[in-house]
Amino acid sequence: MTWSDTLLGLLKDNDVRLITYVPDNVLTPLLTGVNADNYFLSVGATREDEAIGTVTGAYMAGLRGAVMMQTSGFALIANALASLTVPYQIPAIMVISERGTMGEFNIGQSLVARTMRPTLDALGITHHTLTDEITMPFIVDSSIKQAFSTQAPVAFILSPLLTGGNPAARAKLKL
Amino acid sequence: MSNDRAAAKILNRTALTKLLVQRLKHDEAVVAGIGNTNFDLFAAGHRPQNFYMLGSMGLACPIALGVALAQPDRGVIALEGDGSILMGLGCLSTIATMKPRNLTIVIWDNGIYQITGKQLTATGGVTDIVAVARGAGIAASEWVRDEAHFEQLLDRRFDGGGPILLAAKIDDEAGKGQTPRDPALIRSRFMKGLGTGRGGALEA
Ligand SMILES: Cc1ncc(C[n+]2csc(CCOP(=O)(O)OP(=O)(O)O)c2C)c(N)n1
Repeated sequence: MTWSDTLLGLLKDNDVRLITYVPDNVLTPLLTGVNADNYFLSVGATREDEAIGTVTGAYMAGLRGAVMMQTSGFALIANALASLTVPYQIPAIMVISERGTMGEFNIGQSLVARTMRPTLDALGITHHTLTDEITMPFIVDSSIKQAFSTQAPVAFILSPLLTGGNPAARAKLKL
Repeated sequence: MSNDRAAAKILNRTALTKLLVQRLKHDEAVVAGIGNTNFDLFAAGHRPQNFYMLGSMGLACPIALGVALAQPDRGVIALEGDGSILMGLGCLSTIATMKPRNLTIVIWDNGIYQITGKQLTATGGVTDIVAVARGAGIAASEWVRDEAHFEQLLDRRFDGGGPILLAAKIDDEAGKGQTPRDPALIRSRFMKGLGTGRGGALEA
């Protein structure tokens, strides 16, 4: 099993059927897996805050969902998290592929990445950085259950240690 | 279908929202955007299937899409201001792509950001929101000609035939109600209204 198959299996185990996303290279195996599996309903959003909105509506109407995005996409959603997800107590599951670290060539990505954890912390949103396939199942399964039990969002940050990052991007690094 | 923006009569949000709410006979979900839009929905009389947005400007349609996908047999209506829809036009493309047959969008187009001091929006100038929606792929998009036309457009079930977008030109009046500012309560009551709440004995 690849990390992406394992992660999709954990979402399935917890009845998370709606996947909204704005794509990213590292997310590709997840999105391919979602589209290949009838269990999932996938919605390609044009912005990440739109994806948060759709997961919010779906949750309230009885369908559990996750938002998949990259680090820079997370930087678009602070207002949606602060005015919708957190105060309305929406257990939105966020899956964020981490750019901007461990071999980033793009200065914009490395800067925006620094805003992610402080934003999550400022809003009191639980987040876990997934680094390996051994600890990932326990972290993800227990945290999704906690999110729905306690009516609170949770963010899973996909470290390059787990995903291998983006080899094409790494190839652009100057020696 | 009416695509004549210039011929659309200037109507009133409070009055049209009341007309709309009176037509709802099948526990349709209504998601109302920031400010005046949800104030007028609240003023029309609270219903358990109403969702009031107290922030997240521009997200009424994406939230309504989520409700529509989760409950495909329930009619879902998104109410949104022109300034708000302009903040996230991309959602029209997403909705056109997903084709939720149970989703109706109503845009209240006063051509201004009324609540922040009546600054002009682009729809008050060059942008035709019905043309934008059609271009995004929502073919069933049209201008509301007058009140009678609005009533005629509402004379249908909301659980099929969508996605539909109706744009009404409205005056510069403020919304009339004041929605209680309690997001957790709003969410909980909305979920109860949609049959998804878990309050159980506490809700009795
Ligand atoms: C992201 C964001 N930007 C700006 C605002 C300030 N704001 C609140 S309501 C509003 C205007 C909404 O305009 P419209 O949807 O046309 O509704 P109207 O006030 O005209 O009824 C603005 C700009 C905000 N709340 N959030």
